[in-house]
Amino acid sequence: MDLYDKDVVSIKDFTKDQIEGILDLSERMVPYALGDKVERILDGKILGNLFFEPSTRTKLSFESAAYRLGCDVIDVSEMSMTSISKGETLADTIKMVDAYCDLIVLRHPYEGAARLAAKFSINPVINAGDGAGSHPTQTLLDLFTMREAKGTLDGLNIVLVGDLKYGRTVHSLANALTMFGAKISLVAPESLQMPDDIVSNLEEKGCHPYKTAILEDVIDQADVLYVTRIQRERFPDPAEYNKVAGTYRIDNAILREAKNDMIVMHPLPRVGEIAPEVDGTQHARYFKQAFNGVPVRMALLSAILGGELRWQKTT
Amino acid sequence: MAENHVIKEVKLAPIRNGTVIDHIACGQALNVMKILGVNESNIDSCISVGIHVSSGKTAGWKDIIKIEDRELDSDTVDKIALIAPEATISIIRDFYVAEKFTVKLEDHVIGLARCSNPNCITNKGEPVSPEFDVVSRHPIQLRCCYCDRVLMNISDNLL
Repeated sequence: MDLYDKDVVSIKDFTKDQIEGILDLSERMVPYALGDKVERILDGKILGNLFFEPSTRTKLSFESAAYRLGCDVIDVSEMSMTSISKGETLADTIKMVDAYCDLIVLRHPYEGAARLAAKFSINPVINAGDGAGSHPTQTLLDLFTMREAKGTLDGLNIVLVGDLKYGRTVHSLANALTMFGAKISLVAPESLQMPDDIVSNLEEKGCHPYKTAILEDVIDQADVLYVTRIQRERFPDPAEYNKVAGTYRIDNAILREAKNDMIVMHPLPRVGEIAPEVDGTQHARYFKQAFNGVPVRMALLSAILGGELRWQKTT
Repeated sequence: MAENHVIKEVKLAPIRNGTVIDHIACGQALNVMKILGVNESNIDSCISVGIHVSSGKTAGWKDIIKIEDRELDSDTVDKIALIAPEATISIIRDFYVAEKFTVKLEDHVIGLARCSNPNCITNKGEPVSPEFDVVSRHPIQLRCCYCDRVLMNISDNLL
């Protein structure tokens, strides 16, 4: 895995070996992410955290990952506080921030923003979500969570349920799962099904997802149930949102149909898709999944900024 | 025999100088006209258009355009390749074919079309030209290098 000085824009930029390398390194990062061990391998580095869309987990876990490794963080959280509100282009903002830090983490409402940032930045750029496009670091932590729970990623039966049209996490995840021979089921109302171009892309890679609107059709075979929120902010028309909001709700009754070791994942925040009663069951993995953002992002920062090499010399 | 003879007779008249765009996929002539900019009052010569013309080459149908007193620049030829990838271009000088070539669609296309995704960063006033990878040639499909979306309706999104 050689990610030194590389951009992380889309999960499609990674090979299977690189993904497995990141997951292996993430596993070694867990005690450091928990604070049980301390290693300041990124001492003297500065991370520029640019979040032009609201974020809790992604932003905080990048900050936590950086601080755990001794890396300093500078950040912008609102467009209204930047020169973008004065009409500055993203390209100019990136060139300016690039001069202040060693690595840029960008979340932006427009698709392709991270690719553009990578073009204008000399330092590496990590995509932390671009509109309804990619969210590769979420995909990596999702894969890490699955591997941690199941022991392997090969040949898992994965059910993706909820907003598969606008949900960027499921687009990236489905793409990555094809590398591991996953059997994928897509559960959504017709208006929120996975876009055709993404399904064709999966098919080109030999994965033929099963589409249905009925969760009960597929839940009994699932190893992983990946639930997503129906995102109000992605709907141009509120009436369309109201038609589909609340379509799926995972509760203990429906989980009786599932295998005992089936895990429930969710990128969070949840808004009623998973009943709180599920939190205490053996199925619930979503809070562990949120924690896993820290070791996975530590692994990425470390690999990209060269900390991994320094670490190998000291351990 | 007699019928074939009649079809040849009604083909567009030869031009003295200019460009013939032949073997345009049937139905695409009007889109090629858009690329030529015929609605922009910048043309001061005659353009003849044949739609649904019998094609001796493929025994099927084609469109053909003859433009008098104009030779096309490479940007225009590249755009034509996006919607009529089999088209041939003949440069005519004094009634003779001075040059003839088939348009060529490259694997990577820059600055010829805009992304059809309104939320793509290339549609937001940034200092970049839209870029696409050609992911299919039959039919032509372009994938945006920024937002990854497959471009629909190429003729509606030409720059």
